[in-house]
Amino acid sequence: MINLIARLGQWGISFVSRLGTAVLFLLSAMRGAWHSLPRGSLIIQQLYAIGVLTMVIILFSGLFVGMVLGLQGYSQLVAFSAESSLGLVVALFLVRELGPVLAALLFAGRAGSALTAEIGLMKTTEQLAAMEMMAVDPMIRVIGPRFVAGLIAMPLLAAMMSAIGVVGGYLIGHGQFGLDAGVYWSSMQNGVDLIDDILNGIIKSIVFGFIVVWVALFEGYHAVPTAEGVSRATTRTVVTSSLAILGGDYILTALMFGGF
Amino acid sequence: MQRKSIEIWVGIFMLVGIAAIVMLAVQVSAAGTGTGKSYRVEARFDNVGGLNVKAPVMIGGVRVGRVGGIWIDKEDYVAVVGLDIDQQYDTLAVDTGASILTSGLLGAQFVGLSPGFSDIYLEQGDTLELTQSAIQLESLISQFMFSQGQDQGQEPEKNNSKDQ
Repeated sequence: MINLIARLGQWGISFVSRLGTAVLFLLSAMRGAWHSLPRGSLIIQQLYAIGVLTMVIILFSGLFVGMVLGLQGYSQLVAFSAESSLGLVVALFLVRELGPVLAALLFAGRAGSALTAEIGLMKTTEQLAAMEMMAVDPMIRVIGPRFVAGLIAMPLLAAMMSAIGVVGGYLIGHGQFGLDAGVYWSSMQNGVDLIDDILNGIIKSIVFGFIVVWVALFEGYHAVPTAEGVSRATTRTVVTSSLAILGGDYILTALMFGGF
Repeated sequence: MQRKSIEIWVGIFMLVGIAAIVMLAVQVSAAGTGTGKSYRVEARFDNVGGLNVKAPVMIGGVRVGRVGGIWIDKEDYVAVVGLDIDQQYDTLAVDTGASILTSGLLGAQFVGLSPGFSDIYLEQGDTLELTQSAIQLESLISQFMFSQGQDQGQEPEKNNSKDQ
C-alpha cells in the first residue's frame, strides 16, 4: 500500500518536473527563435523541410476531406431539402474545425515526428554538445529556426487545407449533384464571417502550430540519447501533440464559439 | 543551385498559403463586399420570432444590410432589432416599414424593409415606427383551431333557432 502511494508520488513529481523542464525549454527556445530571426537562410531551410514537404499531403487530404464533406453533407441536407446550404456547411466545418485540426494532426505526424527524430539523433551523436564546444548556441542555431518555421508554416498549411477543401466540396456539390455554383458560393458568403470564423480558425492553427513545435522540439532535445530513446521520443511527440491539439481545440472552440 | 531551388520552393509554399488565406477571405466570407461602412437604425417589434443576429436585411429580395443586434428595451420590454444598413443605401425614407419575414416555409428569417415616401432620410440611430412582427406558426394554428371551434359551437344554436 505504502509502495503504491510512493509510486503515485514518484509519478507526480516526475510529471511536474518534466512539465517545468518543458516550460523552461520553451522560454529558451523562444529566446533562440528571437535571436535566429536575422538568420533568414536557416529559417528558409527549415521552412522547406517543415512546410513544403508537408504541403503535398495537406493539399491531397484537404481535397478529399472536402469531397467527403460534400458527399455526406449533401445526402443529409437533401432530406430536409436544404441542399442549398451545402456550401455554408462545408465552409464552416472546414474553416472552424477540420482545417486547423486535421492540418495540425497531419503536421504533427509529418513534420513534428521528423523534428524530434532529427534533433534526437543530433543529441545522440553529440552534435549538439559539439556545437556548444564551439561556442555555438544550439538553441539559436538548431531550435530557434525550427520554432519560427513551424509557427509560420502551420497557419499557411491550415488555410490551404480549408481552401482546397472548399474547392473539393464544390467539385462534388456542383460536379456530381448539379448544385448551382452561385448557390454554393453565395450561401457560403452569407454565412461565413471574416472575424468570427476565418480569423478564429487562423488563431486556432497558430496555437496548434505552437503546441506541435514545442512538443516536438522538447521531446527531441530531451530524448534519451539511444536508438530506443529517440524512437520513444518520436512516438511521444505524435501522441502528446495529437492529444494536446484535440483537447486544446475543445477549449479554444468553447472560448471562441461557446458564447461566454 | 541546391539553395536556389529550396528558396524557390519555399517561395511557392508561402505564395500558395497566402493565396489560400486570401481565397478564404474573399471567396468564402466575401469580406470585400457588404462589410464596408454601414449605419445603424433600430426597429421595435412585439415579437422577433426566430430572427438571428447577422440575418440579412432586404428590400424586395435584395440584401441591403444585416441584423446587428437583438435586445430588449428595459423600459417597456419590447424587442429591439438593430439593423446595420450599408452606407450606399443612405436614401431610405424615415417612414420605411420593417417586417420579419421567412424565406420559404421553414427557412431562415430575415428583415424585409418596405421603402416609404418621405423626403427625410433615415440616419444613424433613427427608429423605424412601422413594424410588423414575425408570424408564428403556432399562433396561426391556434387561431385557426379556435375559429373552427367557434364555428362548430355556433352551428347547433342555428339549428335550434330554425327549429323554433
